[in-house]
Amino acid sequence: MPDRQWSDAEGVGHHVRPYAITGGRTRHSEHSFALITLVVTRSPDGFGGESVEPEAAAILDICRDRAVAIAEIAAELDLPVSVVKVLCGDLLNSELILVQAPPKESDAPSVELIERVMDGIRRL
Amino acid sequence: MAFAASNPVMPTALKILIAGGFGVGKTTMVGSVSEVPPLETEERMTVASVGLDSLAGIENKSATTVAMDFGRITIAPELVLYLFGTPGQHRFWFMWDDLALGALGAVVLADTRRLEQCFASVDYFEKRGTPFAVGINCFHGKREWTTEQVRKALDLGPDTPVMLCDARDRESSKKVLLALLDVARAHALARTASIPGV
Ligand SMILES: Nc1nc2c(ncn2[C@@H]2O[C@H](COP(=O)(O)OP(=O)(O)O)[C@@H](O)[C@H]2O)c(=O)[nH]1
Ligand SMILES: [Mg+2]
Repeated sequence: MPDRQWSDAEGVGHHVRPYAITGGRTRHSEHSFALITLVVTRSPDGFGGESVEPEAAAILDICRDRAVAIAEIAAELDLPVSVVKVLCGDLLNSELILVQAPPKESDAPSVELIERVMDGIRRL
Repeated sequence: MAFAASNPVMPTALKILIAGGFGVGKTTMVGSVSEVPPLETEERMTVASVGLDSLAGIENKSATTVAMDFGRITIAPELVLYLFGTPGQHRFWFMWDDLALGALGAVVLADTRRLEQCFASVDYFEKRGTPFAVGINCFHGKREWTTEQVRKALDLGPDTPVMLCDARDRESSKKVLLALLDVARAHALARTASIPGV
């Protein structure tokens, strides 16, 4: 029975790549990110010759043209979200990216903000 | 659109959850309103996220990851809405907290043939005080249940919208999202009213 419970497709990921590219870290020691924390590459034209790992370079590429959410980066690179968070923590320390956290829980959405979202959905 | 290095436009990101059991139409609903085809990613269940106890007895490696799919709606250059389809089972609670954090609200999708699959989601959002609306996805075009029967079965108060929908249809999905946002708006108004002097 436990087998059935865990093998039905819903929500259960397939293969997870090892954490080799984060040096075994599953979370960053200084920075924490939400799924929708937005990331933008600081320099639009390359990164000043600094050498970064291929996965980190790919993140800088993806986030060059617009602000991209952590979850989107993970989807695009086919990496677990937690790996992307660790890599972005390193990129933030190296000052290669800017990040924007979503509004905090305590910072409850205003009526105006909700109405803007409603207008946006109506326009779809 | 490229960012000037000196003055990047950093939008605000918001989130709405689409919750419900397996095969209820979550991905379909995300896709019907998203400006990009639904993206998929996975998060790994770690000791840090669930605590050692919750990992005890989980031998199967695949059990320690959870897949989510999501879409994006750019409301304005400085306002982006993400929609996350989230599996509604208890065993994914480690993920729900991250998903629910800062969410405007949630749509709980229900299939009346398997109504019990959405109990966990309804409980969770009620306890958390997250605004939500229930969408009954009409798979057979048949209306075996009325919305009032579902409201009763789920023990929902009069303020929680319950509506029939077709997750494949953009207008129908929009209606459910707008019903949810109406609840979120009412919550926001109530908050404003309760602040003295505002
Ligand atoms: N007839 C009908 N089929 C639907 C509806 N919504 C989704 N489906 C189908 O049901 C299946 C499961 O939907 P999916 O969105 O993948 O469910 P999820 O597991 O909740 O993400 C897909 O084949 C959809 O095409 C609906 O409103 N009516
Ligand atoms: Mg799905």
